[in-house]
Amino acid sequence: MKILIKNGRLIDPASGADERRDVYIAAGKIAAIGTAPAGFSPARTIDAKGLIVCPGLVDLAARLREPGFEYKATLESEMRAAVAGGVTSLACPPDTDPPLDEAGLVEMLTFRARSLNQARVYPVGALTLGLAGERLTEMAVLHDAGCVAFSQADTPVADTQVLWHAMQYASTLDFAVWLRPQDGYLSRDGVAHDGEVAARLGLPGIPAFAETIALSTILQLARACETRLHLCRLSTAEGVAMVRRAKAEGLKVTCDVAAHHVHLSEMDLGYFDSHCHLVPPLRSERDRDALRAGLADGTIDAICSDHAPVDEDAKQIPFGESEPGATALELLLSLALKWAQETKQPLAKALAMVTSRPAAVLGIEAGAIALGRAADIAVFDPEDHVRVTPEFLRSQGKNTPFLGYELPGRVRYTLVNGLVVHES
Amino acid sequence: MNRNPQLDEKGALQHLLTIEGLPREILTHILDTAASFIGVADREVKKVPLLRGKSVFNLFFEPSTRTRTTFEIAAKRLSADVINLNIATSSQTKGETLLDTVDNLLAMHADMFVVRHAQSGAAHLIARHIGPRGHVINAGDGRHSHPTQGLLDMYTIRHYKRDFSRLSVAIVGDVLHSRVARSLIHALTTLGTPDVRVIGPKTLLPTGVERLGVREFHDLRRGIADCDVVVMLRVQNERMSGALLPSAQEFFKSWGLTAERLALAKPDAIVMHPGPLNRGVEIDSAVADGVQSVILAQVTFGIAVRMAAMSILAGN
Amino acid sequence: MLPDAESLIERLLRQLRAHVSSETGMVGIVTGGAWLAERLHRSLGLATPLGRLDISFYRDDFDEAGLHHQVKPSQIPFDVQGRKILLVDDVLYTGRTVRAAMNELFDYGRPAAIELAVLVDRGGRELPIAAQYTGETVAVPPGKILVLDRDDNGALSLHLSDRRRERTTGDARR
Repeated sequence: MKILIKNGRLIDPASGADERRDVYIAAGKIAAIGTAPAGFSPARTIDAKGLIVCPGLVDLAARLREPGFEYKATLESEMRAAVAGGVTSLACPPDTDPPLDEAGLVEMLTFRARSLNQARVYPVGALTLGLAGERLTEMAVLHDAGCVAFSQADTPVADTQVLWHAMQYASTLDFAVWLRPQDGYLSRDGVAHDGEVAARLGLPGIPAFAETIALSTILQLARACETRLHLCRLSTAEGVAMVRRAKAEGLKVTCDVAAHHVHLSEMDLGYFDSHCHLVPPLRSERDRDALRAGLADGTIDAICSDHAPVDEDAKQIPFGESEPGATALELLLSLALKWAQETKQPLAKALAMVTSRPAAVLGIEAGAIALGRAADIAVFDPEDHVRVTPEFLRSQGKNTPFLGYELPGRVRYTLVNGLVVHES
Repeated sequence: MNRNPQLDEKGALQHLLTIEGLPREILTHILDTAASFIGVADREVKKVPLLRGKSVFNLFFEPSTRTRTTFEIAAKRLSADVINLNIATSSQTKGETLLDTVDNLLAMHADMFVVRHAQSGAAHLIARHIGPRGHVINAGDGRHSHPTQGLLDMYTIRHYKRDFSRLSVAIVGDVLHSRVARSLIHALTTLGTPDVRVIGPKTLLPTGVERLGVREFHDLRRGIADCDVVVMLRVQNERMSGALLPSAQEFFKSWGLTAERLALAKPDAIVMHPGPLNRGVEIDSAVADGVQSVILAQVTFGIAVRMAAMSILAGN
Repeated sequence: MLPDAESLIERLLRQLRAHVSSETGMVGIVTGGAWLAERLHRSLGLATPLGRLDISFYRDDFDEAGLHHQVKPSQIPFDVQGRKILLVDDVLYTGRTVRAAMNELFDYGRPAAIELAVLVDRGGRELPIAAQYTGETVAVPPGKILVLDRDDNGALSLHLSDRRRERTTGDARR
């Protein structure tokens, strides 16, 4: 099917393009940009006047809750949410039930996802069996099954010797290791940033150094093992500074931040708002500002949704017992735009954080609008806004600290592989 | 969400969840009303008909005979019907959530809930759910808050010291895990106490405790010097043999209140304790039973303060 | 034209003198009744100390009115059991205040008898209650409230008001 997207403002952060250009799509790929190929007659024309045409978003962390947690969300509901948010590629962490530690599970997931014909799903395999931090998974087999990297999701490896060997082994086969830096002992029982708000509310704290101590360990192991390292969900100012130094030193390291942490702090917990129960915890305003600065100076490579749909019952209980996580696939674009608006950063830079740069982290051919590439495209209205309500959210999870917020930008069309999979 | 969930739209007290954020006038009103209830216990009939026909549910998700009893006495002296529910987690494990339980009781026409729960924020959760359909009194949630204890402590201090504006108050022991300490700190600062000190080992003081408006001391002798009021907190047994503290004896060695240490405070300093006492752990028997101890007066005042809180809520 | 409160007090005293003894327990109802009782108690030279009742906890309109104002502790410094009680209030109107006061009195013990003295009876009873000693019966326009005031010198006076006076100075509701 041939599609023409005309009159739109094309922003492609990978090439630096930002101009009014028409996009011609044929056979699922970008056939031409600017000038129509000879004899091109579109079956459908999308008038993108006043809209921005950009690469489909690439999300480094979206939990689809399959297998194992279908009561929280299903592949169907979450894939709909993804494309509604303009997300066309997403990496899913291995914290399913059972975890993604064997090839059959990964194949089933990718098969199910592909059959839905919506966003592309890139499974991140478990680094250790059952995420238990004891025995390595069959990484080569998992890689063949479709895993793009290996991770522990939110379960730290307590035994540093196991972590050392896992990073050595992954490095041997040149697999990327994705780790969220958090010391398991220092964060034990903690549910909120160990700071002013936790002291006031009497919530068990997770100190900032739970992140930096783990980060220090991980960086030293990565240096020793020469592992391709991606750091997930940085939350502290000192953590950002450490990554900045590591990058300056030449370490092969990338990192991301969750969209929530770019905007919120411990102050948003208010009177025990369990929607703000997240991992890592929302930290101080100083930390939040450092994360924003880290995005601006390029230390942080990507903003991810860290999408974690949770059923309402698991949030309607006391804060400390509530399940952490927030739904965010549909808010990723808006939250990136909000960051750019508030910090006076160029629009293209915000888009890079959710397209080309996470694509580079994943090492996939996505996050760009270029000739011959698959036509994964988002078209959005930058002047419109969305009001976040349970009805607005297509995700099965209605749990977000942004409920009631008005956020900038509204996705109008999402194309995957040259097909319109979402329009509003 | 950011409106104080304890107050209704007119600014009157709908729920009593925490001292934090309550205006000084409301605290004073509760204390003044409590003064009127003190005499009720001395009469032939130790009851007033204020809450006649009202149902007060004592909802205790964490066992505490002592606190439950004081609320029960308070409610009964107000002529309310009192129903005690000790919900060890049994119904919760059967799949009924906390809010299911509350809905069930609301259907039974409960007017007021007195809630004790091991999790910080549980009373807020219930109050948010109930809204204007009833009243919630927090009888202790996790480490967070125990407002009637804070108020009875204020009543006690006011009874013996009259005026908060020149007082030095020392709070000694496990502040980290203490809802009593948090309530006390907020109440003292709201009522204008210029010098509030917390004293204890670093393992038992919350990070950034000074942001609550207190001074932090680690040496009991220095911290207690020239104080008007010394509040000893209870150190839970389970905290005394792990990574927080090596042993009860070791705690007593540095932070236990003895007559000799109490002598460093003002000569007329009073000694308070929320109970139950750990004699020989946080406090020496000679001090607990001594002339400066007002621990039993606290218990008596506690009933009147709870009567005051209940009747003010029920009338709003 | 409202009567002069001070002359009504004289009139009340003349009625009371023959009927009180050193054993009589006089109880004034906060606030106006307590002021009046102080004057009567002093002038009559009663031996039994004066009592005071704040009937806030016994009011029948708690559900509508709540407990907003500052309650003053009730003080009955004598044994009520078997004693003759003289209850004193400023204005007798619906009778509900007197009902509440009698209920509270009975929680202190079982009195031998209760008599009621009021400065003014304005009619409008809603309960079967009558005063044994009355300064004067006054007609008050509907919707108006008759209140007793005390100036800095302790002199009492009556005047009309549009709204119900709070029984105290500090009104927490504002």
